[in-house]
Amino acid sequence: MTGAGLAAAPGRAAVLPAWARFAARRTLAAAAVLWAAATTAYVALLLAPGDTVDILVGDGPDTPGIRAGIVAEWGLDRPQVVQYLSYLWRLLHGDLGRSYQLQRGVADVLAGQVGPTAQLTLAAAGVGVTLACVIATATAGRGRLARGAASAAELASVSVPPFLIGIVLLAVFSFTLGWFPVSGAEGARALVLPALALGLPIAGVLGQVLRGGLERALEQPFAVTARARGLTERALVTRHALRHALLPAVTLAGWFTGTLLGGAVITEALFGRPGLGQVAMRAVTGRDMPVVMAVVLLSAVVYVTVSTLLDLAYRVIDPRTRG
Amino acid sequence: MTAVHGSADARPSAAAPAGPLVAVEDLRVSFGAAEVVRGVSLSVAPGECVALVGESGSGKSVTARSLLGLAGPGAAVRAAAFSVAGRDALAFREPDWRRLRGSFAGLVLQDALGSLDPLRTAAAEIGEVLSVHGVVPRRARAARVLELLAAAGVPEPALRAGQRPHELSGGLRQRVLIASAVAAGPRLIIADEPTTALDVTVQARILRLLAERRAEGTALLLISHDLAVVASVADRVLVLRDGQVVEQGPTRDVLSSPAHPYTRSLLAAVPSAATRGARLSDGPPPPPRRPPGGDVPVLAATGLVRSHGPRRAVGGVSFALRPGETLGVVGESGSGKTTLARLVLGLLDPDAGEVTLHGRPWSGVRERARRPLRPSIQLVSQNPLDSFDPRHTVGRLVAEPLRLPRRERRARVLDLLERVGLPPGTAARHPRELSGGQRQRVAIARALGPRPAVLVCDEPVSALDVSVQAQVLDLLAELQAERGLAMLFISHDLGVVRHVSDRVLVMKDGEAVEEGDVEEVFLRPRHPYTRALVAAVPRLPPARPSRPAPSPSYDHPERSRTS
Amino acid sequence: MRLVLPGAVLVLLAVAVAAPGLLAASDPLAADPAAALAPPGGAHWFGSDHLGRDVLSRVVHGARHSLGIGVAATALSVAAGVLLGLAAGLSPAWLDEALSRAFDVLSTLPELLLALLVVAVTGPGTGNVIAAIAVAQIPTYARVVRAQTFVVRRAGYVEHAVTSGRSRWAVTAGHVLPNVLGPIPVLATIGLGTAVIASSGLSFLGMGPQPPAAEWGAMLAGARDYLRVAWWEALFPGAAITLTVACLTVVGRGLQRRFEGRTP
Repeated sequence: MTGAGLAAAPGRAAVLPAWARFAARRTLAAAAVLWAAATTAYVALLLAPGDTVDILVGDGPDTPGIRAGIVAEWGLDRPQVVQYLSYLWRLLHGDLGRSYQLQRGVADVLAGQVGPTAQLTLAAAGVGVTLACVIATATAGRGRLARGAASAAELASVSVPPFLIGIVLLAVFSFTLGWFPVSGAEGARALVLPALALGLPIAGVLGQVLRGGLERALEQPFAVTARARGLTERALVTRHALRHALLPAVTLAGWFTGTLLGGAVITEALFGRPGLGQVAMRAVTGRDMPVVMAVVLLSAVVYVTVSTLLDLAYRVIDPRTRG
Repeated sequence: MTAVHGSADARPSAAAPAGPLVAVEDLRVSFGAAEVVRGVSLSVAPGECVALVGESGSGKSVTARSLLGLAGPGAAVRAAAFSVAGRDALAFREPDWRRLRGSFAGLVLQDALGSLDPLRTAAAEIGEVLSVHGVVPRRARAARVLELLAAAGVPEPALRAGQRPHELSGGLRQRVLIASAVAAGPRLIIADEPTTALDVTVQARILRLLAERRAEGTALLLISHDLAVVASVADRVLVLRDGQVVEQGPTRDVLSSPAHPYTRSLLAAVPSAATRGARLSDGPPPPPRRPPGGDVPVLAATGLVRSHGPRRAVGGVSFALRPGETLGVVGESGSGKTTLARLVLGLLDPDAGEVTLHGRPWSGVRERARRPLRPSIQLVSQNPLDSFDPRHTVGRLVAEPLRLPRRERRARVLDLLERVGLPPGTAARHPRELSGGQRQRVAIARALGPRPAVLVCDEPVSALDVSVQAQVLDLLAELQAERGLAMLFISHDLGVVRHVSDRVLVMKDGEAVEEGDVEEVFLRPRHPYTRALVAAVPRLPPARPSRPAPSPSYDHPERSRTS
Repeated sequence: MRLVLPGAVLVLLAVAVAAPGLLAASDPLAADPAAALAPPGGAHWFGSDHLGRDVLSRVVHGARHSLGIGVAATALSVAAGVLLGLAAGLSPAWLDEALSRAFDVLSTLPELLLALLVVAVTGPGTGNVIAAIAVAQIPTYARVVRAQTFVVRRAGYVEHAVTSGRSRWAVTAGHVLPNVLGPIPVLATIGLGTAVIASSGLSFLGMGPQPPAAEWGAMLAGARDYLRVAWWEALFPGAAITLTVACLTVVGRGLQRRFEGRTP
């Protein structure tokens, strides 16, 4: 909020170029979102019924020494405001706290799990985006049959719950055909089914948005102008229409990251893959609040990063938005 | 220029046939069951300018696009004979068409619709034509783009080449569009409403540019709804209606002594100085107008100033509107006309200056204080559909501003609808089912409901075909005569303003550069801008006998009113 | 016309929620180890699960859990979203800014993670899943309503109502609200589909109604271990979710088209 105010101040506007003002505003907005996410997690801890120390101890060993450690770490003997500020202070220094159930630092718990999850989500994002582009460019403006098939596939991809896709893939390719391992995370083969299970719903929604964007762009007068220059339909799609179709797709950033991160939890559970999702699930069932809070924060960081990047991408694709 | 000429020598059609560039006989185009072009025959000879004129739905655009094989998806195009560039177009497949598009014939569309890709630079758009047709080697492309921009009259071509449509003015966009259409040195330019929605001074310059291309030997097929535009450029004209040619011939003959009644009514519908005080559409002669009465203005503005951010939209405008009088406000886009309307309507408060209504303060007071006076000033806007709540029927829309018991309200709504020439059944319909002209009638009926003293008309006929425009203008004139309405009539169209106004206010960049009696201002403009504006208006050739002579008093409106 | 079939499916679902006994006579919870994993046939049309419970009956009775959670969560989030969206759209700039940032933060957290946070605090169970999904979907509705409010507030017809002398409140009540709220039922129909998917996902992870309750997502979780031998145990609840969401989506989009086209 302060960010927008500062950037809009006329004095600054005159001094800084447009891109710098944009960057400054984005950074401040990102910081605000992260601060709010941290606060949400903190409030969740406060709202959790029961004594905070009891909650933090959870199923872990419970000795007066440990309890004293918790009180010291969270500053529970000090006023609320100080507790909250020292929590933010610790986060600012990259200190995610300690899991008393696992008796390890939270950062340490998460560190080993980031890799497999990143692998899975990136692979799924790749599958989703590639498939969406292929389907959209292949079917936009084509005959009724191709479009009918595409929209049926898209309807299916939003209607079938992601874990059901995973179950079907497992049943067909692992149990029946035996092509891929049932669970685990060893090697590229173990990545194929989870990435598909996570990527297919994304391909469906993204494909639909892209196809709609392409069809709208192809009806615009500039498409007529371009055809009148002697362009082939393929050149028209790749040189003109695709860029227009990407714009609405880019605004799906929030949905996109949410689906990937949330879907990762389910996919990892279904395929028995290690990763942040598994950690999160175990933490939730065990009510290991420090870990849950850290996962929430981590996903906020990912979201903010992705949406900032896509905002930048939007400005590159659509020069009209450059101040 | 010379360099662009060079491309003409290099073009593939060096072995051009001597016959017409395009010739089609009995062209029929249908979309599904609807046949929109029904047996049009036309040909364009090298170097000739042929115009297709018609109102919306006449099939003129579809006809033109069919000549490039671009009638659109789902269009069935048939013809008895069809030749393009001396080849039989009936046998063309998509690649045949593609080779001709851009190189044999260039297409220029109306710019306001976004005919340039908004995400790409001018250079990329023009360069695309060069690369598709391999006109110049890749290395030479950038230089050729600059030459083409310069030849199209774009100042600072090096700067403009790197800009995108949103960074260019409407006139410059149209020039870029023309530059891209002629980049591959076509022998024919098909221009579909190339100057529609452009300011009149810009329109004049674009028409001059097209005329230059013609002088260099390029044939032109011009599609327009505007007869005056056609008159200034075309050798031959075809008048289209409902997909058929109703009349054709040399431009001068068709426009000055039209043979077909439709052409005659189209010409008669064009408002101008000569039509003042006369009807534009068929019907009984208008009732005599009461002279604008009284010296007490019903609406007055003094020194109005209003800024949008750093931009001064209206800077120091004053006027007084007497009861029963029409004050025309003309100006090009961005001149502050619409901001002025909003100030006058009390939708915006001025930064400085004052508006009074019936001699009482109207600007700068609380909305609560304005409300009792609201009924006496009403608005008719350019796009009535925008001003209708999408959920409501016509009856409910017209009833909204009425402060009447329920029973009387219904009768009054039907009265109002009848007065604007709509059948009672219209009350139950939704505006989106109505035509543009009908919607504007609904808007007028609604504005009349509260019995206003002042009607603010903001471009009320700009979106209408000329024959519908004529009916709406006639209706407004009748209502004014009947009710002694004062009108603030805002328009970019000088002909319309001259037809309706008693006095006129000329705006430029937010300032009133000239004000006075309408004939005085148009015949003897004092300000250089007004002079340029008046000079830029394309004119119809004077009518020959078949047309009723204008009333002798049209040069002296004051006298006709007092006599 | 294209909405007849999906509409009929939705009616059938409503019957399953209101009176499941009409569609499936047997007890969804009655285990019969002797008849475990029986393939679809005369006795069990959809087969029986690993505890010998009738799959048809569990699918039919499951509608109440799965749809119930979805409807409740959607109703809550629509109500809160509409209120917050209107508040943002109609209030002064600073409050709008603050509310918009709040929506941003809420949507920063993936729906599922937000739900996990709620469940971590409150523990698993039907009510908590409802709360979790509702909270996660609020920003979607709030944003749409806010954007729509902005469009409508600046619409020509609102301005025109002002020039006709209506008071601010009359204009807001007579023009702004109806035009902002008009599209909400359609959005809620599509959103209900999303909520059903989300709730089945949470139940699949064991956060929703606890066993032995017949909930579609939970049934799938239970069936996962018997995929090799009893495909029907997974197929039918999976198909139930898919069909429900597909029909909701088709009907919602159909209504949306009709609404936008405004064919009376």
